[in-house]
Amino acid sequence: MSGDVQGRSHWFDDEAGPVVRPYAMTRGRTTSAAQHRLDLIAVVVTEPHADDPEADRMLSPEHVDIVELCRDVPQSVAELASELDLPIGVVRVLIGDLVDGELVHVNRPVPPAELVDESILRDVINGLRAL
Amino acid sequence: MIFGRSERGKPPVEPVTLKILVAGGFGVGKTTLVGAVSEIRPLRTEELLTEAGRPVDDTSGVEGKHTTTVAMDFGRITLREDLVLYLFGTPGQERFWFMWDELSEGALGAVVLADTRRLEDCFAAVDYFERRSIPFLVGVNCFEGSDRYPVDDVRRALDLDPDVPVVLCDARDRGSVKEVLIGVVQHAMAYAAAHRQAVTT
Repeated sequence: MSGDVQGRSHWFDDEAGPVVRPYAMTRGRTTSAAQHRLDLIAVVVTEPHADDPEADRMLSPEHVDIVELCRDVPQSVAELASELDLPIGVVRVLIGDLVDGELVHVNRPVPPAELVDESILRDVINGLRAL
Repeated sequence: MIFGRSERGKPPVEPVTLKILVAGGFGVGKTTLVGAVSEIRPLRTEELLTEAGRPVDDTSGVEGKHTTTVAMDFGRITLREDLVLYLFGTPGQERFWFMWDELSEGALGAVVLADTRRLEDCFAAVDYFERRSIPFLVGVNCFEGSDRYPVDDVRRALDLDPDVPVVLCDARDRGSVKEVLIGVVQHAMAYAAAHRQAVTT
């Protein structure tokens, strides 16, 4: 019987596409140690040396997409999730992998309570007025 | 993506990012407000609902459905090359509180959008931000056909603290929404200053 189950697990091929659950892309992982609760507005920046991610066989196409998307214009976690049409949790795990592999780094947002100098908030107000 | 890459060695600008939440009842105009000022069409991001929603999700009749998604609409305003403000519409249903916790962490402040015809719809949001000491203002979305109650009546009906700003607005109007957002940031600054004073005295 166990042979039957094993046989079945190999039944689906690439063309089965939609049956793949989102977390299959993360090989079932739902958290990434380093990137636990990465904020939605944390900004992902591709490292300058990560110039050929496609050559890295450890990376999935989704990993490569993130590296390419964040190369010229750093992107927030929310934007990446939207752009790649993936749940935020999945994107967080993928970003965690890329941080571990030193292909990207992440800038965490400054909590407002730590915005010691209020000039940033004044800049926000002036920026809004100028829109 | 491979084409049009900027010259090598010139690192991209890494912006400071801030976020303001837009809360309120279902259909009150949260996404409209975000869309009125966002430089991008409001984007949608989703999270899979798993354990957090299981005890309260009534799945009778759809037992075969194992995951639900909770969607958030958001917009972006690039104020300067190195300063970007994001607006997040909070998921309407109260069973998605767990997403609110995640969204509100590190938020500069919030807009609670209210409709005078269904003022009770925003009670939960007002309560939420009060309890977590997140500075917020109430924007009364002036729908056509709704009575224009004086701001003081709305304040009384919502039992707001005297320092919480209440403004009339039109969620479709860019200028009006800009003023609302400026109000949130000003209130957040005043709130922080008052808090610092309370700590030192």
